[in-house]
Amino acid sequence: MNAHLKPAPVGGPLLNAVTLTAGVLVAVMLAIVAIRFIYGLGAVTHLNDGYPWGIWIAVDVVIGSAFACGGFSVALLVYIFNRGEYHPLVRPALLASLFGYTLAGVAVIIDLGRWWNVWNIFNPWTVNVHSVMFEVAICITAYIIVMWLEFAPTFFEKFGLTEAKRRLSKVMFLLVALGILLPMMHQSSLGTLLVVAGEQIHPLWQTPLLPALYLLTAIAMGYAVVLFESCLASAGYRRSIELHLLTPLAKVMLGVLLAYLIVRVGDVLVRGALPLAFSLSLEAFFFWLEMALFLLPFFLIGTEEQRRHPARLFLGGIALLLAASLLRLNSFLIAYQTVIGVDTVGVNYRYFPSLAEIMVTVGMFAIEVLGYIIITRRFPVLPRGEVHA
Amino acid sequence: MVTRRDFLKGAVAAGVGSTATGAAARETRKVPETAVGLLYDATLCVGCKACVAACKEANGNPPEFSTKEQLWDTPLDTSAYTFNLIKVYQNGTMQTKDAEKDGYAFMKTSCMHCADPSCVSACPVSAMTKHPVTGIVSYDPDKCIGCRYCVFACPFGIPKFQYDSPTGKIGKCELCRHRYKEGRYSACAEVCPTGATLFGRTVDLLAEAKRRLSLQPGSVTTFPRGRLGEAAVPGVKWREEPDQRYEAEVGRYVPHIYGEREYGGTQVLKLSGVPFEKVGMPKLPPYSSAATSETIQHTLYGGLIMPIAVLGLLTWRAKRTVPTEEEAEKNEGESA
Repeated sequence: MNAHLKPAPVGGPLLNAVTLTAGVLVAVMLAIVAIRFIYGLGAVTHLNDGYPWGIWIAVDVVIGSAFACGGFSVALLVYIFNRGEYHPLVRPALLASLFGYTLAGVAVIIDLGRWWNVWNIFNPWTVNVHSVMFEVAICITAYIIVMWLEFAPTFFEKFGLTEAKRRLSKVMFLLVALGILLPMMHQSSLGTLLVVAGEQIHPLWQTPLLPALYLLTAIAMGYAVVLFESCLASAGYRRSIELHLLTPLAKVMLGVLLAYLIVRVGDVLVRGALPLAFSLSLEAFFFWLEMALFLLPFFLIGTEEQRRHPARLFLGGIALLLAASLLRLNSFLIAYQTVIGVDTVGVNYRYFPSLAEIMVTVGMFAIEVLGYIIITRRFPVLPRGEVHA
Repeated sequence: MVTRRDFLKGAVAAGVGSTATGAAARETRKVPETAVGLLYDATLCVGCKACVAACKEANGNPPEFSTKEQLWDTPLDTSAYTFNLIKVYQNGTMQTKDAEKDGYAFMKTSCMHCADPSCVSACPVSAMTKHPVTGIVSYDPDKCIGCRYCVFACPFGIPKFQYDSPTGKIGKCELCRHRYKEGRYSACAEVCPTGATLFGRTVDLLAEAKRRLSLQPGSVTTFPRGRLGEAAVPGVKWREEPDQRYEAEVGRYVPHIYGEREYGGTQVLKLSGVPFEKVGMPKLPPYSSAATSETIQHTLYGGLIMPIAVLGLLTWRAKRTVPTEEEAEKNEGESA
């Protein structure tokens, strides 16, 4: 088998049960978003002054963009650690990242209460460079642009723009470098966003090490999402699975995960927050659930033998994705309580997402599935593989 | 502080895999000398809520209802339409005012105007700003993008958002700065019949609070009403007011001036007969999380030194591993 197989379109019909279902879900989402823009956030969400951020931020933006870290994690491996053997994984991972980030950007706009002022973030006279949100916004925007440029050769190929493709290839190394730096910056900053909330974030999650925790899990999620997608694409398109790449990739993922766990557990111990994990509280329950999910990949794919099973790789990837997602959901929502210690004279704010909020999140996911299918079937993204059936 | 800085250096090393640049930690800022604010003395408050009504009127806010019969303004908490609220503490038989057990007490809820506000640090577009002279934390809807990071960040739960509007704004107390040109100060202090809420310079308010704490409970002293002292604000001449001082008994205070140290200090100060945690004031450290957050940001991104260094390293590696089209074609020719 040639290791340098060029990517090729998968081909096949665009209209099937999966794309049709996704289409309906997207239509529902668009209807809800229309209501949100006409009547305001309160018309469709359960957001309140105790929980100003709901799942549109915690899931669609924070978790959604972390799911989109495949492109940067694989590029880090291939181009910085010079592991060229993983090269066939770059394009599909980059595609998923491109979609994930573009949609996270769209999700931000939907959630912004005064979206028409959003240009103020890029206005030198109004920006606040000390704001973590500013850093996140600038880096995400820049990264989306960089990724579209990184991915442009695929479109140039499709439309026969050979001269444009050649020119772009000359600066591609710079785009690749930026495409690694920018997500490192904002994925860590997504964690730093919580630091300013101080005491309002439960001590099991509030730490100045949040940027390190978010960065390490974002990288690990990048590899996990490649395991997940490769297995799914092989099954869905009935192609042979790239086990010779996925088995060692899973080991890299476990290495990053181990580094994360050392920092995470060390931090909780050093800050003396561990006793709180043994209290009878919602936070303690979710803390242990999160830790259990982070340990699960070691049981699923801990040995070389286990890492040769596609089903185990798939499950190991899912376990890590769930764990790192729960870290984000926990620290942004479960661990958050506004104005602590107010029990006798306060309003007890509660938040659980509304059906409409959930349907928008589902719709975002549907766009991603739909886009992935259309592009891989029509554009040269996936490695040219033998088809079983 | 040493441990916190060590933490940050650890975050840098683990986070970016580069040596720490050693950017200085940003200390919590102090209340400006010329800052203005409020002093709320819960033992003087009679719960008449004249301040709540006056605040609504001064800021053009509508009534909010929490009862079935929508007869009068009955908000349960501050909101984007209620910038000031008197809450009540109730315990047991509720017989004695300002007693923790079997008593009741009032507490004013409104913006504390922090020395180092989280909302200002959080806001990406400088819609929340702190005035360098008056220290007033004010809001500009024309800059605001509605991200609600200020709502998320504030440890007092003060900035609030209008979720019921497609063009919702943030609402919070700005100490009635829009009335200064008419020579009028904060409406809540202006209307307070007992002087439970006073307007003035924070240094004067702090001295007054200390004076009250030093007095014997039950002894008689003079309490000011409305504005305390000159309360000088550059360019502002306050309206003439009659002498409103009166004599009354000194309350039984808990020995604590809330806001003197909390979160690095606030321009609104509070005295109470019931422990502050019981009346809705959070227990906070003597430093602001804005300082912690900005220290991390400055350590990682100060002068863009670290990002540029990392980019240089990445570019150097990528230059060797990312093939241009010519190189890619050449490689293919060789391997074929």
